[in-house]
Amino acid sequence: MSYRGCSMSLLRAGAMSTQPTLLRHASRLGSLVSLASLSACSPVVLNPAGDIAKQEASLVVTATLLMLLIIVPVMALTVYFAWKYRATAGARYEPEWNHSTQLELVIWAAPLMIIIALGSLTWVTTHTLDPFRPVARIAEGKPLAADAKPLEIQVVALDWKWLFIYPEQKIATVNELALPVDRPVHFSISSSSVMNSFYIPALAGQIYAMPGMTSELNAVLNKTGTFDGFSANYSGSGFSHMRFKTYGLADADFDQWVAKVAKGGDKDSAGALDTVAYLQLEQPSEKEPVRHFTTVADGLFDKIVNLCVRPGKMCVRDMMALDARGGAGKAGIYNVAALTYDKNGRETTIPVIPGRAAAQADARTKAFVRAICVPDGVKTPVPAAAAKLSLAAPARTPLS
Amino acid sequence: MASTNLTEQYYDLHEHAHPDGYSTTLGFWIYLMSDCLIFGMLFATFAVLGGNYAGGPAPKDLFDLPLVALNTSLLLFSSITYGFAMIAMQNGSKKGLIGWLILTLCFGLGFLSIELYEFHHLIEEGAGPQRSAFLSAFFTLVGTHGLHVTFGSIWLVTLLFQVGKHGLTEANKRRLSCLSLFWHFLDVVWIGVFTFVYLMGVLR
Amino acid sequence: MIPTHSHWTPLLGRLGPDAIPTEPIVLATFAAVSLGGIALVAALTYFRLWGYLWKQWFTSVDHKKIGIMYMVLGLIMFLRGFADAIMIRSQQALGFGGSDGYLNSHHFDQVFTAHGVIMIFFVAMPFVTGLMNYVVPLQIGARDVSFPFLNNFSFWMTAGGAVLVMLSLFVGEFARTGWLAYPPLSGLAYSPDVGVDYYIWSLQVAGVGTTLSGVNLIATIIKLRAPGMTMMKMPVFTWTALVTNILIVAVFPVLTVVLALLGLDRVFHTNFFTNDFGGSPMLYVNLIWIWGHPEVYILVLPVFGVFSEIVSTFCSKRLFGYTSMVYATCVIGILSYSVWLHHFFTMGSGASVNSFFGITTMVISIPTGAKLFNWLFTMFRGRIRFELPMMWTVAFMLTFTIGGMTGVMMAVPAADFVLHNSVFLIAHFHNVIIGGVVWGVFAAMNYWWPKAFGFKLNQFWGKVSFWCWVPGFWIAFTPLYILGFMGVTRRMRVFDASFDPLRVYYWIALAGAFLIAAGIGAMLIQFAVSIWKREEYKDESGDPWGGRTLEWATSSPPPEYNFAFTPKIHDIDAWADMKAKGVARPISGFQDIYMPQGTWAGIVLAGLSTVCGFALIWQVWWLAVVMLAGIVGTAIFHTFNYNRTFYIKADHVAEVEAARTAQLAALEKGAA
Repeated sequence: MSYRGCSMSLLRAGAMSTQPTLLRHASRLGSLVSLASLSACSPVVLNPAGDIAKQEASLVVTATLLMLLIIVPVMALTVYFAWKYRATAGARYEPEWNHSTQLELVIWAAPLMIIIALGSLTWVTTHTLDPFRPVARIAEGKPLAADAKPLEIQVVALDWKWLFIYPEQKIATVNELALPVDRPVHFSISSSSVMNSFYIPALAGQIYAMPGMTSELNAVLNKTGTFDGFSANYSGSGFSHMRFKTYGLADADFDQWVAKVAKGGDKDSAGALDTVAYLQLEQPSEKEPVRHFTTVADGLFDKIVNLCVRPGKMCVRDMMALDARGGAGKAGIYNVAALTYDKNGRETTIPVIPGRAAAQADARTKAFVRAICVPDGVKTPVPAAAAKLSLAAPARTPLS
Repeated sequence: MASTNLTEQYYDLHEHAHPDGYSTTLGFWIYLMSDCLIFGMLFATFAVLGGNYAGGPAPKDLFDLPLVALNTSLLLFSSITYGFAMIAMQNGSKKGLIGWLILTLCFGLGFLSIELYEFHHLIEEGAGPQRSAFLSAFFTLVGTHGLHVTFGSIWLVTLLFQVGKHGLTEANKRRLSCLSLFWHFLDVVWIGVFTFVYLMGVLR
Repeated sequence: MIPTHSHWTPLLGRLGPDAIPTEPIVLATFAAVSLGGIALVAALTYFRLWGYLWKQWFTSVDHKKIGIMYMVLGLIMFLRGFADAIMIRSQQALGFGGSDGYLNSHHFDQVFTAHGVIMIFFVAMPFVTGLMNYVVPLQIGARDVSFPFLNNFSFWMTAGGAVLVMLSLFVGEFARTGWLAYPPLSGLAYSPDVGVDYYIWSLQVAGVGTTLSGVNLIATIIKLRAPGMTMMKMPVFTWTALVTNILIVAVFPVLTVVLALLGLDRVFHTNFFTNDFGGSPMLYVNLIWIWGHPEVYILVLPVFGVFSEIVSTFCSKRLFGYTSMVYATCVIGILSYSVWLHHFFTMGSGASVNSFFGITTMVISIPTGAKLFNWLFTMFRGRIRFELPMMWTVAFMLTFTIGGMTGVMMAVPAADFVLHNSVFLIAHFHNVIIGGVVWGVFAAMNYWWPKAFGFKLNQFWGKVSFWCWVPGFWIAFTPLYILGFMGVTRRMRVFDASFDPLRVYYWIALAGAFLIAAGIGAMLIQFAVSIWKREEYKDESGDPWGGRTLEWATSSPPPEYNFAFTPKIHDIDAWADMKAKGVARPISGFQDIYMPQGTWAGIVLAGLSTVCGFALIWQVWWLAVVMLAGIVGTAIFHTFNYNRTFYIKADHVAEVEAARTAQLAALEKGAA
């Protein structure tokens, strides 16, 4: 969605069914207030296109209204007292008056009441809107079909672009996401290097994308249209451009889109996403154009999460299983190359900084080699058992 | 007259200055607590990362418990001898104090030597702090303790000179008490290290 | 850009010719700073001020002078931090519609990191530490702090950290990671340059100072209170200072550890926070926020104390609800430890964990709200004089309330999912830090300046500054609140075409920033004009505002021994009580006063530490080892000095006090 869509009514933002009626009315009122104050432009956060985001928006409004119950009187009293008791006014003056049990009771109890209300609301909504929890409905008044199976999408934050894998459709895209409208979507989210945050304001709240692990997001989009998605956690030099368009498509259009991507041949098509293509894609780059991959290697996402796409790497999962059994003993000591994923970082391909010497790629490689060959001075030969057990790849893997 | 009384009531006209080092013990305790937090954080880090062997060796493969037990006893003995040093100080025996302090120092240095030997041995084997998160946390926790013992030893040597030069003055007694606190504190921390890192590590 | 170890040499470590930046903006700054520095050094030499500075200031252990030095440091760094702010605002206003703005990402990312680090560690911290240093001993009727030498050392360590940050501008570069340097981004693999090392070591050096000054002030408050001042008779500012320093001692070690571990990862290739070998970046995020959230209260609690003092003074009235104020302070202190996870609800810790931390966060707003009500009811039936400190206080009460509200909005995890990391968050924390801490410091400066220097600050320029700052703040940050609702995230350098309609908000924000700049300018003019016309603004009474606490019982500026006779306390508002009873100052029977002596050791030790930090940043190992040996050696050498105190002779005290008596008599005559 572009920010130009300024005509949207804000009134619906607060109209949610999960809260009691009173609060619902209050929410409507709050939306009006925000409408008045927030200029004519549509704030996507308060007026989103997905059911989860809508509930979150209504929560924002409700929380604000609850707090305004106390904020407004405090601010009004501040101004009133400041005016009324100014020295020149000659109002009543009681220099020794400094305590009142009733008043103390009120000033502690009033915020407490509000916090109790807000706290209960927090407990409930944090559980119902937990991103890991499957969505319970399509939209307000639209229950979920009993056999509804969410669409699976795997999301990888790369340096500095987004990779979306549709495992069931066996296609993948870069910097473009298409979602069928009114169908629950289950995102599995990870990152290849550093922390990012996966956020499509129109769809649902954000969640971090972290290397070596998966976070999840369940959401549903209720409107067709084009929406913005981006990384909401600074991740390095290409961060500003780490944005993508999200298309909300009707079912038929979505199928058509999938077919188009799978068929390939158009200008965005980049062939198949196999290991080699992924390892190239993973290299740091900025302002990446949209790309469509006609097929995806099986289990690619799983390997990405487990940091073992590169041939010869031990998957994190296997490493953890080994650790759970008590490690691999001294024999495992030299098993380092298979476990080193962070390479020499991404700096090798960082664009040359104007006015500075070109980044010296081989210098970084050396640093990396130093980093992994730490038992540098080890004179003892690698024990035979270790050599056998070691999952280490040959010193030079095809792509290293 | 009333006004003089009032003045006396509101001003301390016969004030005695706080003696030197009036706040020192309290201040040193507060410092120790902050140091305790440093160890607390390192213990917490070890608790989180202590099982991440990264497909490498685990405590049971690496730790030589009899050696560590010997090391522990050295440090415990050094605490006892420091206690005797403090008793000697209270009895005003400069000679006794210095003797016990030197013995404490020897135990401390013995402890450090064994620890260095252990570290060297592990690194020789390839199980250095770089090998896994567990080893990083292990080396840092134990190493930080060792660093404290090192500084404690330097401090102890300094005090030996100062006691030798100026005798058992109030200032020196105060410094000896502070070092005593520090030394026993390190002992307590080591008991934690021995239990949580070595014993429980080998059991896990 | 300095690739790791690419040209590491034993002699110079990673230092090489490419350490000198070539970006024109940095070069121009470098030139300006060098010229300014040379001019300053030349002027000091010409006027033969070095000896004076060294003897009277740099080596002084007088808590008042150290307090003033902290304020000066904070002010200088504030100008640097604000320059960064203007650069961020203008880059974001320019980086639209395909334009790349005027800062490349290499530069911009350093600027926003430096802005955050400087404003928190080298502006806000020195400001509040300086205030506590200056005011607390006076308020409790003490002659100095418990450990005066340590106090001097702490200050110079803070200054040393600031020097390292400033140096990164001209030698090498600063971190490009955001002010908390989350790994893996800040790890060796993704930030191989010296930037993060500058970050780590400047904070480590400064952190030592902060921790020790925390120890010092706790001991001072507990041990050196005047007779009769029980805990529940302590001034509220002293109470907030006590809780603040307890927080400092209880959380700065956490920062020390987490930065040390990051440093080990970077230098010795350990695996605490790496992706490989079982490291856990999430551990870093938890640890740093265990420090980070209490840090927020470390900054804001002292200014709560400031506002409490100011409200009761300028309302000419006792503070309403002293007891509940004290309890609120303690409760905030304790609760501040149980909320850190609200900084990363979006990490996916699970609904129950998130709710727990969300609710604890909201609970903090209860004592904070109680404080606001207490100020409010202090104004009730008071006689409010709208001098500058009181103006700042009212502005604070109105602004901070909004900041508190937006904070609680983000304490609801599901609401935080949509606002986290957005510019709404930026607006929120600037709302509480500017509207709370910064304005609190300004209020305090206007309030205690006459105490420190013996003359009041110029009102006109103070008001100009006020009327630029307050609207300036709202003009600068309201657009960010709105942009947050439009899904605009923080730390963006350039904006693609879909943002075009939003450009106007960034221009408004920039205009607000310029208005704030005018406010800062007016404040500097205010200082200059006041110093210029100090005779005109002279305050000889020592109590220009009708103060209520002990610091107003002595002359302005106070003599180095603070009080010739230690006051005895019978009331919370000790000085107001003495004035009401008409207690006469004792004018005879003076005794020798036992005082700590100045020492070179603090500045030398801190200097060595700073050089050591520099050597560690550039991996000049030999220098680091030499400096470390120097530090240990100097510290040992210093312990051989047993004579750290001296007596101010009774004759001298009598002389000073006689002059004071004459001054007061003349004032009384003038008034009659």
